Amino acid sequence: MIALLWIILFLPLLVAGLITLVTRRDRNLSAGLSIAAVVVGFILSAIFVHFNGWENSGESSATWLAIGSFQVDFGLRFDPLSMAMMLVVTGVASLIHIYSWNYMLEDPGFSRYFACLSLFTFSMLGIVLAGNFIQLFIFWELVGVSSYLLIGFWFERPAAADAGKKAFLTNRLGDFGFLLGILTVWATLGSLNFSALQNAISSNPAAFGGTATLAGLLIFCGAMGKSAQFPLHVWLPDAMEGPTPVSALIHAATMVAAGVYMLCRVMFLLDVPGSQALEVIAWIGGFTALLSAVIAVQQDDIKRILAYSTLSQLGYMVMGVGLHGPAQSMFHLTTHAFFKALLFLGAGSVILALHHEQNIWKMGGLARRMRVTTWTFLAGTLALSGVWPLSGFYSKDSILALAMDRQNLALLGLGLFVAVLTTFYMFRLVFVVFFGADKSETAGHAHESPQGILWPLRILAALSIVGGVIGIEGLYEAQFGNGHVVAALTWERIWQQLWLPFQLAPVPAFCGLGAVLAGFVAAWSLYGNAASDPLPAKLGVVSTWMRNRFYFDELYEATVIRLHDFLAAVAGWIDRWIIGGAVMVTHGATELTGRALRLVQNGNLQTYAFLFALGVAVVLFLALK
Amino acid sequence: MTISLEHYLAVSATLFCLGLLGVLVRRNLLIIYMGLELMLNAANLALVAFSRFNNSPDGQIFVFFIITVAAAEVAVGLALIVALYRKRQTTHVEDLTSMKL
Repeated sequence: MIALLWIILFLPLLVAGLITLVTRRDRNLSAGLSIAAVVVGFILSAIFVHFNGWENSGESSATWLAIGSFQVDFGLRFDPLSMAMMLVVTGVASLIHIYSWNYMLEDPGFSRYFACLSLFTFSMLGIVLAGNFIQLFIFWELVGVSSYLLIGFWFERPAAADAGKKAFLTNRLGDFGFLLGILTVWATLGSLNFSALQNAISSNPAAFGGTATLAGLLIFCGAMGKSAQFPLHVWLPDAMEGPTPVSALIHAATMVAAGVYMLCRVMFLLDVPGSQALEVIAWIGGFTALLSAVIAVQQDDIKRILAYSTLSQLGYMVMGVGLHGPAQSMFHLTTHAFFKALLFLGAGSVILALHHEQNIWKMGGLARRMRVTTWTFLAGTLALSGVWPLSGFYSKDSILALAMDRQNLALLGLGLFVAVLTTFYMFRLVFVVFFGADKSETAGHAHESPQGILWPLRILAALSIVGGVIGIEGLYEAQFGNGHVVAALTWERIWQQLWLPFQLAPVPAFCGLGAVLAGFVAAWSLYGNAASDPLPAKLGVVSTWMRNRFYFDELYEATVIRLHDFLAAVAGWIDRWIIGGAVMVTHGATELTGRALRLVQNGNLQTYAFLFALGVAVVLFLALK
Repeated sequence: MTISLEHYLAVSATLFCLGLLGVLVRRNLLIIYMGLELMLNAANLALVAFSRFNNSPDGQIFVFFIITVAAAEVAVGLALIVALYRKRQTTHVEDLTSMKL
C-alpha cells in the first residue's frame, strides 16, 4: 500500500521530466501525459484512503543522508490531515488540468505549461506528504520555483516577469525566517521529524523555555510568505499575471494554502505553554482578512478582486490557527479550495469569452449568454459569502464560533465585518459582470465556453455546494484531538449536519447570516443596475486609497527597496574598491614582475648559456662556502 | 718539483673556463661547438687525474665511455649544424633567435 504513496508523489515529476526532455514538440501528448499523471494520482489517492482507512496513520521513510549522528530521512507521512489534503490537491488539480487543455489551447507554450503544472503538482504533494522539516522546506522551495515559472509563464510581458520575480523574492523573505525557525527547533529539540518532535514536546512541554514565542513566530514567517499574510501580502495580487487556471490552482486553492497547512502540521510546536505566538498569528490573520477585503471592494480587475478575496480568506484560516483551531482552519481551507478554484475558473471562462478582457466595467449582461458559467459562478459566490447551506457557511461559521468560544470578541466582530465586506464585493462583481446592460461591444458578442471548461466548473460547483455537510471537518477533528472520523455518510447524518451550527453556536451562525444579508443589500442597492462605480464619489479619498491598495507597494518601494538599494550600493562599493582593490594590486604586481622577467628571454642562445653558467657558479659558491 | 693533483685540476679548470668563454663570446656555431668539446675534455682531464691520484680505475673507465659518447655526439652535433646551415645559410648565433617568444 505504501508504494502507492511513492507513485502518487513521483508520477507528476516523471511526467514533468518526460515532457521537458522528450514530448515537448507533441502538444497533445504532453498535455495528455500531464493530465493523466494527476488524474491517476487522484484515483490512487482515493484507493489508498479506501484501503488504508482514515484512522490509520504512519510514515514510510528512507534514509536520505547521514552526517555523523545527524540523519535526514526522506519520509512520506500519512494521517487524516495529509490524506485529506492529498485528495484535495490531486482532485482540484485534476479538474484544473482538464480545464487548462481548453483554456491554453491557442498558446505556443502549451507543453511547457503542462510541464510546469506537473512540477507544481509534484512539489505540492511533497509538502503535503513531508515527514520532516527539511523535506518540507525543500518542497516548500520547489513550490516557490514552480509558482515563479507559472506566474512568469508569459515572460515576454514585462509585468508578468516582474510579478514572478516579486512573488519569488517576497517568498524568500518569509522563507528566511522559516529556515531560522527550523534551526531553532532543531537546536532545541534535536530532531526535525514531525512525530519525533511531537513526542519530544508532549514529554517536555517547556522544552523551548523562553524561545517558544520566537520559534513559533519564525516558523510563522514561512506561512506569512507562502500564504501571503500582512506584511508580505503584496505578491499575491500581482501573481494574477499568470494564466487563469494557474491562479486557480496555485494562487487560490493549493499553494497559498500550504502556509496554513504547514501551521496545522506543526500546531504542537506553536501551542506550547508560555508561547504568545498564536495570539500574534491570530491578529495578523484577522488584520490581513480585513485589509484585503477592504481593498477588494474597489478593485476593477476581475482576477484581482478574487485575489484579494483569497488573501482575505487566507486571513480567516490563519486567524483560525491563531485561535487554537487547526481543524476549523483546515476545514475552511478545503471548502475554500473548492469554491475559490471554481470562482477563478469561472472568471477564466469569462475572460476567454471576452478575448482576455479583465476589467469588470467592460463586461455586463453575461448571464444571458453564458448560463453555465453564471450559475456555477453564482454557486461559488454564495459559498464564499457564507450562505446557508453551502460549504462556505459551515467553514466560516466554525471559525467565527471558535472566536466566540475563545471569548475573543474583537476578532469575532472583525470576522463578521469581513464577512459583510466579502458578500459586498462578491455581489458587486456578480452584478456588474453577469447582470445589467452590456458595458462594452465584446461583452455583447460573448459565447459560452466549450464543455471541457464547463465540466470542471460543474463538478467544483457541486463540491462547493455540498462541501460543508459531507463530514470533511470530521477528518480534521480526528487529526487534532477528540473527534472520530465517521466513515458512513448517511442521509440522516447529513440532515443533522445541516442544522448543527445553529444548535452548537447560534450567535455566530445567525450573525454570519446577518452579515451576508447586510453585504448583499448594500451591494444590491449600489450595484444592482450600475453602469459605473458609484463608490468613488461617495467615499472620496478613501476610495482612492482602496483603489491604490493603501499604497503598500509604494511604501515598500520607498522604504524596503530603497534601503536595500542603498545597502547594495555600499556592498558594491566595498566589493569594487576594497576587495577588488586587493585583487587589482595582486594582479598588477604579478604582471609587472612578468614584464620584467620577459626582458631576460631575448632568444639569444649565449645569454641563456651565460645565465646558466652564472647560476651554476652561484650554486657552487653557496654549496662550497 | 713533483706534479700534484692540484696542478692537473688547475689545468682542467683553465681549460674549462677557456671553453666556457668560447661558448659565451664567440658567434660562430662551429667555434662554440669546439668550446663545448674543450669543456668536456676539461672534465675528462679532471676525472683521469682523480682516478690516478686515488688509485681507483673508475674515473678512467668513465673517461673511455665519455670519449665514445662524445664522438657520437660530435657526429650528431656537426650534422645538426650542417643541416641548419643548409636551411638558414648561416651559422651565426645572433641570427638564430627563433627561441624568442
